[in-house]
Amino acid sequence: MGKRERLSGNEAVAIALRQINPDVFPAFPITPSTEIPQYFASFVANGQVDTEFITVESEHSSMSATIGASAAGARALTATSSCGLAYMWEELYIAASNRLPLALALVNRALSGPININCDHSDSMGARDAGWIQIYAENNQEAYDNMVQAFRISEHKDVRLPIMICQDGFITSHAVENIELLADNEVKDFVGEYEPENYLLNPKQPMAVGPYAITDYYMEAKRNQAEGMKNAVAVVKDVAKEFAKISGREYGLFEEYFMEDAERAVVIIGSAAGTTKDAIDALRAKGEKVGLIKIRLYRPFPADELAKALKNVKAVAIMDRAEGYSNHGGPLGADVMSALYRARSQALAVNYIYGLGGRDVRVEDMESVFDALKQIVEDGDAGETYRYLGIRE
Amino acid sequence: MSNLTEIRWHGRGGQGAKTAALLLADVAFQTGKYVQGFPEYGPERMGAPITAYNRISDKQIRVHSNIYDPQYVVVVDESLLETVDVTKGLKKDGAILINTQRTKEEIIPHLKGYEGEVYIIDAHKVSMATMGKYFPNTPLLAAIVKVAGIMDEETFLKEMESSFKHKFASKPEVIDGNMAALKMAMQEVQ
Repeated sequence: MGKRERLSGNEAVAIALRQINPDVFPAFPITPSTEIPQYFASFVANGQVDTEFITVESEHSSMSATIGASAAGARALTATSSCGLAYMWEELYIAASNRLPLALALVNRALSGPININCDHSDSMGARDAGWIQIYAENNQEAYDNMVQAFRISEHKDVRLPIMICQDGFITSHAVENIELLADNEVKDFVGEYEPENYLLNPKQPMAVGPYAITDYYMEAKRNQAEGMKNAVAVVKDVAKEFAKISGREYGLFEEYFMEDAERAVVIIGSAAGTTKDAIDALRAKGEKVGLIKIRLYRPFPADELAKALKNVKAVAIMDRAEGYSNHGGPLGADVMSALYRARSQALAVNYIYGLGGRDVRVEDMESVFDALKQIVEDGDAGETYRYLGIRE
Repeated sequence: MSNLTEIRWHGRGGQGAKTAALLLADVAFQTGKYVQGFPEYGPERMGAPITAYNRISDKQIRVHSNIYDPQYVVVVDESLLETVDVTKGLKKDGAILINTQRTKEEIIPHLKGYEGEVYIIDAHKVSMATMGKYFPNTPLLAAIVKVAGIMDEETFLKEMESSFKHKFASKPEVIDGNMAALKMAMQEVQ
């Protein structure tokens, strides 16, 4: 059964990849994701995997090579962060539109500028419309567990879309914490052999990948992509259920913490969710009805399920670790508010921008958010809905 | 949360403060604790001030912020006393451990009136005597384990030996020196 260990988030993801033993891993280094291919290179050198490890000259090339390998019929993935993801931009759309079930281990880092190596979600949030499934983690354990589940989701015949497994740069990628690992054979059996239905190296079924589509076909192709994304919701749930059988750890589309009777709630993504849980415990001890929703699956976005989970709250703060420059908040704010509107919710909602470029988020910061929600409930008015947390004005 | 121990390390890039924090997390994990060991990254360059952190607890650790009110502070490089507010937030019932060749009496005036316990160790002396090179983090790791009472000496040394065997698998000749440094540091800290 599970093996207790202490690992950084990067080590944990690298070990998941060793256990998965993918066919092809093209890699180009960038902080803070560099350790993932670095650890993996040692697994290759030690003969612990038989992966084709390709060192390329840029992230544009690492994603291109991953796409090529996946189109050929291989199980392929790469890793990156920040500007590396930005440099993959056009390839992200190629991977998704060609319905290639490849994976990307993303270690979230702010985009330049000012130049910054620390965590925020501006890199992956910018790629939210690229047609990739996006799953986020609170800690090293979740980053590992999500990586183990990745290919089962992306390769599912009803989905066939690329998947981004995200974790917070430095905060989880470089922090050594306790973790429980699955046995190698458990992961191997769980992930299974990849048997692509259509692939370039199949002489019996010649096919074209990435052809030109005129106005007559382009829109239907995009509609089909959206269908795969729609199907991903059920697949993510099913894979999580099976994963729970081997790990004992349960996952859904999002995690609810003290939401049964919560009157005030925070919706958040990533490592700051753990910090928020400590704030909730402190406030609950004082009798305050506060709760948390931590988004795991961000694309596709579980709008209806989320609105249902929030249906009894009086006020909600949606936390964005990325700017949207819409003049009214960030990407998660827009998604959650639209979900609430669709569900005709009466909840008073505000959107905070927080933690940009690694700005630290303390338990006290999250307590201050719940305090602000208390005021909003008392006033019966959300006031300014576009706010910044922990900023020097 | 009374069982939570929080430690902040102040060092300079290249002195191994981050490695020491990760090793401490490692050895505390071996005793069945929940641990966190993480660096705070700024621009990385040799000699620049860096901070690293440890949390050690009987309960799962969920918080992912830096540490502002530690029980213990370790100062790897005493020149930082003049430039970094190393006692900031340090609990009065906690302690500070400083790597120095000076005496306690000489050091205390540089601690901005800190009222808690002050410990010193000459990690340079320990390191040169046992390893022949200056690696301050190994002696400081042993010293903070003793000062903070993280585990008994025997368990610590046993766990560190197996940790070194793993870490230095490709250069086993350095294990004896590192072990000697740990043992000597536990005697030298005052």
